[in-house]
Amino acid sequence: MLNDIELQNFKNIAHNVRQSIIEMVYNAKSGHPGGSLSITDILTVLYFKEMNIASPDDENRDRLVLSKGHCSTALYAILAEKGFIPKEDLKTFRKIDSYLQGHPDMNKIPGVDMTTGSLGQGLSVSNGMAIAGKLDKKDYRVYCILGDGEIEEGQIWESAMTSAHYKLDNLCVIVDNNNLQIDGKIEEVMNSIPIDKKFESFGFNTIVINGHDYNQILDAFEIAKQTKGKPTAIIAKTIKGKGISYMENKVEWHGKAPNDDEYKLAIQDLMNI
Amino acid sequence: MDINNKKATRQSYGEALVELGKINENIVVLDADLAEATKTKLFKEEFPDRFFDMGIAEQDMISTSAGLATCGKIPFATSFAVFATGRAYDQIRNNICYPNLNVKICGTHAGITVGEDGATHQMLEDINIMRGLPNMIVMSPSDDIQTKWAVKEASKIKGPVYIRVARLATPIIYDEKTEFEVGKAVMFGEGKDATIFATGTMVAEALKAKEELEKENIFVRVVDFHTIKPIDKEIIIKCAKETKKLISIEEHNIIGGLGTAISEVLVENYPKNLVRMGMKDCFGKSGNAIKLLEYFKLTSKDIIKIVSQFSD
Repeated sequence: MLNDIELQNFKNIAHNVRQSIIEMVYNAKSGHPGGSLSITDILTVLYFKEMNIASPDDENRDRLVLSKGHCSTALYAILAEKGFIPKEDLKTFRKIDSYLQGHPDMNKIPGVDMTTGSLGQGLSVSNGMAIAGKLDKKDYRVYCILGDGEIEEGQIWESAMTSAHYKLDNLCVIVDNNNLQIDGKIEEVMNSIPIDKKFESFGFNTIVINGHDYNQILDAFEIAKQTKGKPTAIIAKTIKGKGISYMENKVEWHGKAPNDDEYKLAIQDLMNI
Repeated sequence: MDINNKKATRQSYGEALVELGKINENIVVLDADLAEATKTKLFKEEFPDRFFDMGIAEQDMISTSAGLATCGKIPFATSFAVFATGRAYDQIRNNICYPNLNVKICGTHAGITVGEDGATHQMLEDINIMRGLPNMIVMSPSDDIQTKWAVKEASKIKGPVYIRVARLATPIIYDEKTEFEVGKAVMFGEGKDATIFATGTMVAEALKAKEELEKENIFVRVVDFHTIKPIDKEIIIKCAKETKKLISIEEHNIIGGLGTAISEVLVENYPKNLVRMGMKDCFGKSGNAIKLLEYFKLTSKDIIKIVSQFSD
């Protein structure tokens, strides 16, 4: 269990990240707020408790692959909180002179472990990192964040087979299960449910949690670390647009920027949490 | 060149990987259930811990290679050319070429000399799609010696390399001491009647044609493009200036391959006609490899016919 100080600290960081997400998308007049807000609490725990990353260049650091790369705003915001990129640079997101590309670019952005954007490929990449870690007898861990719509890509299941086949217990998959994709609810567009059973049958240790509960997130990572001989998949039940009243569970906020009034309302919402 | 001393370049690839594995422990090899055919099994036998069979899942194989490369490994991802490049194109583009990762992709069984398996397995567009990717270097060696050099050289290049090799055993052209350079084609002879630009399995055919034509007092030169990207501009312009006629030949669609790469250089630097021999925007078919080369007019005899027409 987290103590009150740690809990408050997580809340403060997540609040800052959510505010940065809204500001970035508002300034860029484009981007993907919904799914960024749903992974904010998970990223907060990863970057401020779970992951061992003293420096983004350390060969022994834990790695994170944001396979759902369109949620780059959440990643950039957390990297800024971490101090890997200057916070003021977030204003330049998606602008022509900026290094903060629409989707994460490992060669331009310190702290980005893999370039992503084309969906369904990040788990394979994470497997490669995990295999390399085993070959080199290093004890870093690899985290991979997938979207629940993203897992409709066939390659996800090729790579899920690989994770289990090569017994990658240094790998932890997190499925951001917010139940929405661009065209609607996942069960209506292309039903990927039951997600936990699918990963389980592919040979994963699976854990279903509330992806906004810091204690549950932390406990799941702890179980993942203790699980030997197989990879872990955490199915995180989340709310798309979490924290912004009018965005929550609304599919239209997958990839849309708020206008002036909506921006003000969003900032107000965040004050009230 | 002793036309009876033959070896398939896929065999040379497998042998080269073993040699490379001995001197560089970062070399890892991935295959998609074709280790026997692609000859990566030679590496697997020698270095089982550094060999990864990814099953019949080329997309996963390519993206996994990218992950390995981010951690300092030098992966050689291998399958038949049609699957390695076609099936996994988006993965090559977004996971390897855009981030400029140090992954080598080898497509074996390129071209129609796959033979009996037929059109689905005969890759005729790989040079085209690999050449179109920023950061990608494209190599298409012509014999055993050159393939071994290409594999070794690819491991020294920090970035994506595509190596195209063949199933069919073809003559060993070079002796072991021959030195090559990436992006520098090899010229045979200084004949001024025509230049035959060739790559891969077609180099031996071009050399046979050269020898035959000399008997009739027609003097051609042959240029072996072991590297298709970057293309050797200087040699193309030099040959365009020094020889009367130009021909290109490749076991690939005439759209997008060696002939196209040469045309691009000519049109910008020294406009001159080029006869492009190759697959005429069509798919292959089942049959014996040698018979297929005859059927699709990709033999030394077909080259001789075209060169003779020039002289008429």
